[in-house]
Amino acid sequence: MYKKINFTIIILLGIVFFIPLLWVFITSFSTSKEVIGSSFPLWVSNPTFQNYIDAWNAAPFLTYYFNTFVIVFGILIVQLFTITLGAYAFARLNFKGKNVLFILFLLQLMIQPEILLFPNYQIMSQLGLVDSKLAVMLPYWASAFGVFLLRQTFKQVPFDLDEASRIDGCKWWQTLWHVYIPSAKPTYIAFALVSVSHHWSNFMWPLIITNSDENRPLTVGLALFAQSYETGAQWGMVTAGTVLVISPLLIAFFIFQKQFVSSFMHSGIK
Amino acid sequence: MDNTQKTSKKKLSFSFKQNMFAYLLLLPSFIFLSLFTFYPTLKSIHLSFYSGPMTRLQFSGLDQYKEVFTDEIFKKVMMNNIIFIIGTVPTSLFLAMYLAIWLNKKMKGSALLRTSFFYPTVIPLIAVANIWLFIYTPQYGLLAKFLQAFGENGPNWLGNQSTVMIAMIIMIIWKDTGFFMIFYLAGLQNLPKDVYEAAIMEGAKPFQIFRHITFPLLMPTTLFVMIVAITNAFKNVDHLYIMTKGGPDNASNLLLYHIYEAAFTNWDLGKAAVLTVVLIVVLLSITAFNYLFLDKKIHY
Repeated sequence: MYKKINFTIIILLGIVFFIPLLWVFITSFSTSKEVIGSSFPLWVSNPTFQNYIDAWNAAPFLTYYFNTFVIVFGILIVQLFTITLGAYAFARLNFKGKNVLFILFLLQLMIQPEILLFPNYQIMSQLGLVDSKLAVMLPYWASAFGVFLLRQTFKQVPFDLDEASRIDGCKWWQTLWHVYIPSAKPTYIAFALVSVSHHWSNFMWPLIITNSDENRPLTVGLALFAQSYETGAQWGMVTAGTVLVISPLLIAFFIFQKQFVSSFMHSGIK
Repeated sequence: MDNTQKTSKKKLSFSFKQNMFAYLLLLPSFIFLSLFTFYPTLKSIHLSFYSGPMTRLQFSGLDQYKEVFTDEIFKKVMMNNIIFIIGTVPTSLFLAMYLAIWLNKKMKGSALLRTSFFYPTVIPLIAVANIWLFIYTPQYGLLAKFLQAFGENGPNWLGNQSTVMIAMIIMIIWKDTGFFMIFYLAGLQNLPKDVYEAAIMEGAKPFQIFRHITFPLLMPTTLFVMIVAITNAFKNVDHLYIMTKGGPDNASNLLLYHIYEAAFTNWDLGKAAVLTVVLIVVLLSITAFNYLFLDKKIHY
């Protein structure tokens, strides 16, 4: 009885949560007449692919995809390098000022670059980097979050393994490569998924720092695209554009669902 | 030379080398942290004491602060942030906990339901804004059509000062609940099973079990998620760009979006710097409160 009531509530909620996605998908295949006229919006009687063709022709989505890819993976690759070195230092070395440096790193968890919109814009303009993909990436090349996440994992590597590899004549980077990095594979995957989805979604910073299509990511492109077609008659096209932007993330999510969920879980246990 | 002296000497020389080694490893991260976190933070603080156009900045002490703190729009924006937090955080946390408790059970369809609640998390906020803009549109939006089926005509949700905040809050609850649910699912899996077995043996009712066991044991998760939710409420403003631009009459404006307007629409650098300092102080206090106060209380 108890169970039944609660499950009914949860199933209803689940349907309510799912409707926006379903609706956007259906609208993207609807003609403008149906978008405005039909009284049951979760059904399309004459599905059309025209909205996708129009959206694709109205904005350079291919360039936006390419830019997002370059930005997201440009950030990730450098991050993997910096967090590995940083995490190794904090996990396995003793040095002067370790605690002070640790606290300084902690600061980035609270004051994330996306808050420092204006001062960071000024720095980029001093560096002559305004309107470049590099400027979108640079503030994120260090990740305190990544360092802390990885440090926890590195700490769990048995010290004996480290010593054994040294006795075998490994240099520190060989130990790092053969002992630490392989043992932290799940953490790397978790970090990569969180980083990619976060930067794929980032909007404010790229909006400010880019002003040409050659450097704009999908999110900024979509926002500008959507704003030029505000009337209901063009919803089909805007929803088609929205589907184009969200579908890579949704497809990735549905394929790697388990990893996604466990990554987000992982990232919470700091 | 006795042994202890020898080892301490060795330790010292080793530690110099190790110090340098550690600093070198931290250097790459530190360069980017300095350039894009420490320096801009200090720069904002510095700039907040100056006013005037960029080329002729003049020291003005606390004048900028006075001006901002007496500004009616600033007061409204801060109030909006508080309303936004009160509206989103308790509801989404409660909903997330409720869903997690029931969806933690291995049952047919629970995986599908978890997906239905979690997928909004992976959609960029700017795309969410597009979708919900159409949901809230009067006359032919999804919500309007739903209400029309009952013979009602909904208001212009986003164009109305009294409804715009509620509309935003509902949208953010939709976006964030699944994300928080994941943390509760993780928290639930770490709870001790024998306590539950004992409680069931004693004949405890489901609600008693929740009140006396599950809820208190999930407290650390709740506090962690609460901190994440509150800081998110200050950081996530992308939707305002698409849906309302902070309007009507600043009724939906939030602090970070207000900074964006001050800096990039009005080019008022001094004001933007003061607002940035306010935001930094708010975020630092939330986290400091968590580390200094709550962390001690919950790790009994």
